[in-house]
Amino acid sequence: MSNYSLTHLEELEAEAIYVIREVYAQFDNPAILFSGGKDSIVVTHLARKAFWPAKIPFPLVHIDTGHNFPETMEFRDNLIKEMSANLVVGSVQQSIDEGAVVEETGMNASRNALQTTTLLDTIEANNFDACMGGARRDEEKARAKERFFSHRDDFGQWDPKNQRPELWNLFNGKKRMGEHFRVFPISNWTEMDVWQYILKENIAIPELYFAKERNVIWRNGSWLPVSEFITLKDTDEPQMKMVRFRTLGDITITGGQESNADTLEKIIQEVASSRQTERGNREDDKRSESAMEDRKRQGYF
Amino acid sequence: MELLRFTTAGSVDDGKSTLIGRLLYDSKSIFEDQVQQIEQTSKKKGLEHVDLSLFTDGLKDEREQGITIDVAYRYFATPKRKFIIADTPGHVQYTRNMVTGASTANLALILVDARNGVIEQTKRHTFIASLLQIPHIFVCINKMDLVDYSQEAYDRVVKEYTDFAAKLNVKDVRFVPMSALHGDNVVSRGENMSWYEGGTLLHNLETVHISSDHNLRDCRFPVQTVIRPHSDEYHDFRGYAGRVAGGVFKKGDSVVALPSGLESKIAAIHTMTGELEEAFPPQSVTITLEDDIDISRGDVLVRSENRPEGQQDLDVMLCWLNANPPRPRAKYVIKHTTAEARAMITDIQYKMDINTLHRMEEDKAIKMNDIARVKIRSTKPLFADDYTVNRVTGSIILVDEATNETVAAGMVR
Repeated sequence: MSNYSLTHLEELEAEAIYVIREVYAQFDNPAILFSGGKDSIVVTHLARKAFWPAKIPFPLVHIDTGHNFPETMEFRDNLIKEMSANLVVGSVQQSIDEGAVVEETGMNASRNALQTTTLLDTIEANNFDACMGGARRDEEKARAKERFFSHRDDFGQWDPKNQRPELWNLFNGKKRMGEHFRVFPISNWTEMDVWQYILKENIAIPELYFAKERNVIWRNGSWLPVSEFITLKDTDEPQMKMVRFRTLGDITITGGQESNADTLEKIIQEVASSRQTERGNREDDKRSESAMEDRKRQGYF
Repeated sequence: MELLRFTTAGSVDDGKSTLIGRLLYDSKSIFEDQVQQIEQTSKKKGLEHVDLSLFTDGLKDEREQGITIDVAYRYFATPKRKFIIADTPGHVQYTRNMVTGASTANLALILVDARNGVIEQTKRHTFIASLLQIPHIFVCINKMDLVDYSQEAYDRVVKEYTDFAAKLNVKDVRFVPMSALHGDNVVSRGENMSWYEGGTLLHNLETVHISSDHNLRDCRFPVQTVIRPHSDEYHDFRGYAGRVAGGVFKKGDSVVALPSGLESKIAAIHTMTGELEEAFPPQSVTITLEDDIDISRGDVLVRSENRPEGQQDLDVMLCWLNANPPRPRAKYVIKHTTAEARAMITDIQYKMDINTLHRMEEDKAIKMNDIARVKIRSTKPLFADDYTVNRVTGSIILVDEATNETVAAGMVR
């Protein structure tokens, strides 16, 4: 028995670092799409490891819907300061003000779909030619078909039926002017891998992931946080509950689940015994069976 | 826990999607909301049972037409191992997808319908698995329920397959009789095949020995990029970042940089969490050398007594992946590890008939999904190994300069 074998986390880490270094080597102006969620935090951590002892050579791009959890923003700003990295913010509010997009109205209104326009405008304005994200193939059926290096045309669109074949670890980042790539270094990770890695590497994450008493209402099968961005119905009954968030998106669409998991170890136990997928509490995915595929085609994350 | 990557080949009729669905369902890797979604879709289609195959169909077009048009990746884990499945369609026109899925796999599942035995498609899948040098092949003899779980039927397929595979370069072949529809021998044994003495498919997947699948003999470290922090603390730091493609590199080892041929010693092997005494595949590390020699992306560090030869004329088994056939005397970008050059196909020796394994020396017109033995001339020497010796340093892709598309994948001989 040889000692020359890696654990699954070590192998996934080595693969992700390799991908991130390929991005640096093959593109002129790459960036990391940073949402403040655990997956983009892990990608950022991997990027630090890939270039250590040099500083992280990418700016972090945050598409700010204006509907954020305040904790996420604070976390973002602290991380940027600690790494002395650059932050680029694309503002959905600005896209609305400039008339580039029209805001949804009504009870289930969300700015989720509007992000695509702001994201593509931000990519264009900054001439980013590769944007790394924390999307994983296990998250959703359309994402299961993503490449590591995912080509986008000059409208930022994804053409899932005409993707470049990706063989071995030979990544083809060649493109014409105006086109760009989305790159997913943790494509092969599962939700469990991400949590185990956060524990192993002792990576800081927003406290929203940990169970805590929070002011919430019950809506569409999950506990939605009460905030200034949500329209309350007469029948809504805000109450304090021990709740944690399994994924972090906009405050208006991210449902929490009742939980007592207030440590990483307890979260891992909870994830291991969960019978629901991670994005089960995401209103943005419930809109139709191909909600993710349709948004991805247009240029969504 | 180790990670096993496997690919599955077979068509709709073999019950491939049902097998994967069964593997995921019985190992409790399908979540309740996914089961609900599949139940709804099954009902909408007027089916009485829950169609497990729906779980593996990803894109809208595929769900509507009930076919798989691209490689889809699935993930599951048992307490013993983590698995990544590259699920590829098995039709002849999808050879390119099979090759893609096979390129990163440690193991291939090949489905055979127990009623039909070894057919053209089985041969095609096995040939591609051997061409891509997948170290382990598990032949799943499926639909045993339709041959009354008969041992004779199983033995007949095993013999047919063994006779055929003897002509190919395949290493570890195992057979499992099963019924994916009813679950026999997939995750649990069931009671219908007491004559079968081997383990279930999952048991085999959990226990097959994979840690020696990497090349640990021939030291190869393709340099991805050079790390220069320019900080006060690391003022003179000059590190070569890359992923070990072969062999074991140790601190203090003498190494040679190619193509320059300049020699030095490994000063240290760095990671953010501390220095390593040695590095082996597929680790990503940063190496510093004792001497300041000129090394950049595309160069490779090797041991002086074990050097790959720089080749400008490469002998390659090529799989053509693009709808546009190669243009005569056209120039392509060739990518080999982290190196890149321009290249031209200078000679087509023969095409393979992937159903009969015959060499076609008359018909040399390469089209999409064709596999051909060719000569490629590169503008600069590439330090490639024989693909059968190292899958990382023996593989290349061709990129069309006009469209930027990846048009071909090749294995160096």
